[in-house]
Amino acid sequence: MEKLLHVSSSPHIRARVRTSHLMFLVILALLPAACVGIWVFGGYAAAVLAVSVASAVLTEGIYEKLMRRPVTVKDGSAVVTGLLLGMNLPVSVPLWMPVLGSVFAILVVKQLFGGLGQNFMNPALAGRCFLLISFAGRMTDFSVSQASAARIVDTVSGATPLAELKAGGSADLLSMFLGNTRGTIGETSALALLIGGIFLVAAGVIRLWIPLLYLGSFSAFTLLLGGHGFDLHFLAAELLGGGLMLGAWFMATDYVTSPITKPGRILYGILLGILTGLFRFYGGSAEGVSYAIIFSNLLVPLIEKLTLPAGFGCGKKKGGRTA
Amino acid sequence: MKKISLKTFRGGVHPDDGKGLSAGCPLRPIEPGAVLYYPLGQHAGAPAVPIVQPGEQVLRGQKIAEAGGFVSAPVHSGVSGTVRKIQKMRMPGGGTSDCIVIENDGKMREVPFIPADFTRLSAEEIVKRVAEAGVIGQGGAGFPTHVKLSPGDPSRIDTVLLNGAECEPYLTSDYRRMLENPELVVEGLKIFLQIFPGAEGIICVEDNKRDCAEALQKACRNASNIRVQLLKTKYPQGAERMLIWAATGRKINSSLLPADAGCIVDNVETAVSVYRAVALGEPLTECTMTVTGDAAAKPQNLVVPTGMLYREVLEAAGGLSAEPEKMIAGGPMMGNALFDLDTVVTKTSSALLLFRKDPVAEQAVTACINCGRCAEVCPGRILPARLAVFADHGAEEQFLKYHGMECCECGCCSFVCPAKRQLSQSIKSMRRLLLARRKKG
Repeated sequence: MEKLLHVSSSPHIRARVRTSHLMFLVILALLPAACVGIWVFGGYAAAVLAVSVASAVLTEGIYEKLMRRPVTVKDGSAVVTGLLLGMNLPVSVPLWMPVLGSVFAILVVKQLFGGLGQNFMNPALAGRCFLLISFAGRMTDFSVSQASAARIVDTVSGATPLAELKAGGSADLLSMFLGNTRGTIGETSALALLIGGIFLVAAGVIRLWIPLLYLGSFSAFTLLLGGHGFDLHFLAAELLGGGLMLGAWFMATDYVTSPITKPGRILYGILLGILTGLFRFYGGSAEGVSYAIIFSNLLVPLIEKLTLPAGFGCGKKKGGRTA
Repeated sequence: MKKISLKTFRGGVHPDDGKGLSAGCPLRPIEPGAVLYYPLGQHAGAPAVPIVQPGEQVLRGQKIAEAGGFVSAPVHSGVSGTVRKIQKMRMPGGGTSDCIVIENDGKMREVPFIPADFTRLSAEEIVKRVAEAGVIGQGGAGFPTHVKLSPGDPSRIDTVLLNGAECEPYLTSDYRRMLENPELVVEGLKIFLQIFPGAEGIICVEDNKRDCAEALQKACRNASNIRVQLLKTKYPQGAERMLIWAATGRKINSSLLPADAGCIVDNVETAVSVYRAVALGEPLTECTMTVTGDAAAKPQNLVVPTGMLYREVLEAAGGLSAEPEKMIAGGPMMGNALFDLDTVVTKTSSALLLFRKDPVAEQAVTACINCGRCAEVCPGRILPARLAVFADHGAEEQFLKYHGMECCECGCCSFVCPAKRQLSQSIKSMRRLLLARRKKG
């Protein structure tokens, strides 16, 4: 044997799944909703998504090059951030907004804190909230082109179904489920988002805990404190509307900014539902998902401390014998 | 066969098991080489103390080193020949140990082995015969068996578990042993139960070895206090604490012993050695090994005299089919990578794995994305991702606060990590450091 043998610590085998595979699966799962968005809002929506993704990837690559760090755009995380940010924007935005949002998300929220895995809040949502605070008017302008207006079902023109609900109007559930309604590019089709979310669960990328408990606790909050009593039509509209499906399946489940422990994830999911309810029903805006998730992101270290596992056999039943 | 419910533990992983390569090959004894190296430190505890001098003639089965304390085990020669010297040799774990070097004269002259009817022996006599034969746990840890059989309060022991899980991928030697000699395994267990007459004997087998379970069940059908328990096929099903939990529902943490849960746990191969020691009077001078992997010319299962070199074992097994990049002593999850093949086969050797490629070296380590897979699979129910960071930073206090000492070093965390981080390695290093310091006091 001429060659030296490899010597390393055990284990000597590894599972096949890698970070880039997981990111790829998330991108795949987002595509149905993105496609519905493009179908409903037209080609300009595709441009918003493309610009958002491209600027996120470029920001990451350029920053890492400048900082003489290994360039990590191949892991796909910047694509996910860019895509999510784009899907969180209304189609009426000028193209410099996704650029600004992506730069903020990748540069300030992700890279300045140490890059992948180190950001304390979801970069895409932080980018969206940054834009929402800075350009409230543009970010809540849900006007669409004439061509897509023909595809959209709405009772009061120019308002999202949730805004109509908040103003005391009614909502068309079927269009909210299918996606031919007003909203941000990626949030309108609950069906497409559900397909993506269930795909992620089936592929083992995410666990059901967070989305299920998020939706569950939000439903409970809506029925108890939503101000409409036990109104299932209202509940359905609240579940299908706004960023809830996109948030529950794709952003609350972001690994980096959600708890690592299972009890922590349960707590986190419940907290998200309650906060979303509070913001939607008692806040100024009809929406609450983005702020609920970002706020909960900040509580993750605390949640982890509260739910630190005790270790196998370290619980109350010491000695193992139940005698 | 009666349907038995499958039991298991929480967490764990399902690696490709690779057992098909060698599962069909019967155990085949190989001949000892011209020179044998008997390590004084091949068991857990104090090293053995040599009782032979260079130049002295020894017989097969003769004791050449005696136990260096209570937690220690004697060493016997597996061949007849001449003691040459004491020499440091490389051990499978990566360290070195003093070895008694014996030149084999090839005549196999033996000391007389004194058989005994174990049903007439007292517990003390049985334990003494086990200790004299140098039997140690052959599952990997190498803990002297007579110590395990002498718990503080023997009346508390109500279960004797035989570990036939063989949950490590690629390993098939226990499988062959259970399939070919189920009666030896059961006889060994009967000897354990002779020491603990009130206890139930349970032979634990993963459900990918149903043929073994059937053979064992047939072999123990006349013993009312012995049964076979099927366990779910999952790594690390054979880890001591996981096995106890699966089989009895009792959980113990890392600071407790199986005896604290009323259990004695031993490997099936150890049971066979106990049978040989007690009933036949034969000391432990061989182990079973699986030689396999995609670089092995003929994957197979061997009965190997201890003291041989891995090089000789490989030659006896038919050599290489391709140049290996990595060689492992033991299983791929917990085994040790070998520097070279001039390494000594010990009583706890279980496998020589030969791989053309080293998947660990091929995959770049990337940043932790906090996905939580390590925590999900960790049978110790701790947070490997966090512990590895604390370990890398030398943050002892945090490491202990997050229960780092509960790690059983199974490697599941490193196995599943999508970022390919060496979690297990970091945690192991820190644990060893802290354990060593504790020992010093």
